[in-house]
Amino acid sequence: MSRPIISVEGLGKSYLVGHETAHRERYTALRDVVGRHVRNFGRKALDMMRGRQIIQGDDVEEFWALRDVSFEVNEGEVVGIIGRNGAGKSTLLKILSRITEPTTGRVTLRGRVASLLEVGTGFHPELTGRENIFLNGAILGMTRGEIKRKFDEIVGFAEVERFLDTPVKRYSSGMYVRLAFAVAAHLEPEILVVDEVLAVGDAQFQKKCLGKMQDVAQGGRTVLFVSHNMAAVSTLCSRALVLVRGRLEQSCDTSTAIASFLESLKQDAQNDLASRSDIKGTRAFELERIVCLSADGAEGAVASGEEARIRISYRRSDHFDSAANLILAIRDSFGRPVAAMNTRFTSALVDLPREGVIECVTPSLPLVAGFYSIDAYVYLKGTHSSGGDLAFHLADAAQIHVLPSDKVPASRLQDAANAGVMALDQIWTQADKAACVS
Amino acid sequence: MNAHELVLEPGRSEKNYWRDLWRYRELFQVLARRDVSVRYKQTVIGVAWAVIRPFLTMLVFTVVFGKVAKLPSEGAAPYALMVFAGMLPWTFFSTALSDASNSLVANANLISKVYFPRLIVPTATVVVALVDFLISFAILVLMMAWYRFAPDWKIVFLPLLVLLAFLASLGPSLWITALNVKYRDFRYVIPFIVQLGLYVSPVGFSSSVIPPQWRLLYSLNPVVGVIDGFRWCILGESAMYWPGFAASLSVTAFFLWFGIRQFRKMERSFADLI
Repeated sequence: MSRPIISVEGLGKSYLVGHETAHRERYTALRDVVGRHVRNFGRKALDMMRGRQIIQGDDVEEFWALRDVSFEVNEGEVVGIIGRNGAGKSTLLKILSRITEPTTGRVTLRGRVASLLEVGTGFHPELTGRENIFLNGAILGMTRGEIKRKFDEIVGFAEVERFLDTPVKRYSSGMYVRLAFAVAAHLEPEILVVDEVLAVGDAQFQKKCLGKMQDVAQGGRTVLFVSHNMAAVSTLCSRALVLVRGRLEQSCDTSTAIASFLESLKQDAQNDLASRSDIKGTRAFELERIVCLSADGAEGAVASGEEARIRISYRRSDHFDSAANLILAIRDSFGRPVAAMNTRFTSALVDLPREGVIECVTPSLPLVAGFYSIDAYVYLKGTHSSGGDLAFHLADAAQIHVLPSDKVPASRLQDAANAGVMALDQIWTQADKAACVS
Repeated sequence: MNAHELVLEPGRSEKNYWRDLWRYRELFQVLARRDVSVRYKQTVIGVAWAVIRPFLTMLVFTVVFGKVAKLPSEGAAPYALMVFAGMLPWTFFSTALSDASNSLVANANLISKVYFPRLIVPTATVVVALVDFLISFAILVLMMAWYRFAPDWKIVFLPLLVLLAFLASLGPSLWITALNVKYRDFRYVIPFIVQLGLYVSPVGFSSSVIPPQWRLLYSLNPVVGVIDGFRWCILGESAMYWPGFAASLSVTAFFLWFGIRQFRKMERSFADLI
């Protein structure tokens, strides 16, 4: 038994973040503004003198993006990393790929690492496809000989043969992404670190990328893979790490990890949303909870094509009796917006009390099975389109787990990209040929 | 398998940093080539810009300092030739400094997404400035032919002086680049330094017009040594002021050491700051 190829012990990473206290004050006096600016200037000048970094904002707070994370990965393992936005997944990958330094703890890597945190890093729009292949390859750590050897393979994978000598700024966005992924896909390090890169390109190409990832995974290389796409994680990975607010919650086989991740999402939904740290807006109107209910009252999970009920509890602190404009934007697991619910279309929600519950019912949820997340927006004194004030915005405010139903059975992962996101009510018949001619 | 063992810890300066730098030499080439080939894309006269800018400044300086102020040239060398011999290293220095200081911020997407020794980015920019320098060097050769001015044996030192100009530009560039990532104020300071430096350094005039008691102090400007050296080797007329040259050399060496040290120190936090 050889030693683990990656060992991480007590890893932590802290950032200093600044807050603007200004917008929380109701009235602003010139004296306060001047005072604040003078104080700010004094602090920045002092920081610069001591060689510290400059932070915008009035209060400075230490924020631990990652704390006390320890795990080991053996050679040839494919490990998924899952967690909500801001759980520290990307920070972890950045440390492992040596982009940033840990604040505490240590990492021992016993192999060459290549990281793919973004598709097409360093592509230059003025250069041709051919030049960009060499540029991007060199940036990702390939040698010139290696790139030359794989050149034809890369070009073939990207399907851009005819445009090799065209500057990439003339490429369609699809071609651009294909070329970028193709270069990255032909990396051959001992350890490959991948962040959410499958969410690019058209369905056809995504399928191809998944296939390539599977080849890599089966080729005996060690892979760390971050994704919001649970289907991809469960197909590719044998083991998964669950990160929750910077801490390693679980490290176990993929299905258990995904189940526990979903459970933690459900528990999170019990908490007051207003206590989350990533809220933007004036907060004159706060959402406390957003839950998705099925027809029989089960929380969080709804069957495809069945009734879905989204229940929102809120409180407001403003004194205006105008209506609030509430928007719920639904995104699929690739982060693509698929639908929105907007109170602009109703007149039922005027004169809201200071505290209450709003419900929105869709008689049949037309989404295929999978995981979706909801971003919430509240606008006051006007709607989003008429330039109202943003009172509350929270990304990933709630999750919807859409289950396969009799109407729309689940599709295999490989087909998922082709299935789209819509579950259409469909009636198929054999029409009379004579009837069509008329 | 343990050949590649790598430990990441806070505050650990990597032992194999210089080896890494060597391993990434191809990236260095690629980045430099990218910058060179992108530099004059979608311009009408292209690379001629590298020639026109110093040439026009030389004309202005020759008229202002040579004809209007009637400052002396060095020996029998035509004034225009003397100005251009100083203009070349100065243009190199100022281009290197201003391009390098923006290089990391301009490549922010690379810094925050991929690892490589960060030293490569500003150094590649200085190399690009060197390419411009070599192109405008052709003008100097043409001018010397025009004035029928033949250099003497000292011209063999030219490659050494080009190297000196490179090192003199690299040191301050690295330092300013690192500072610019942390404090973007330097973005506004650089154009000012470059503008002021043009008049503080002996570009439009010979450094022999500086009063002797101030000459050593004046030579603390590293560019003074480089420009004097260029004139000494190309024009071959004036006697070299060696104490001043030695002072310039030591300041250059100090800045090189200091620049690399500061850069290495701040490098680790670049990805967090950018």
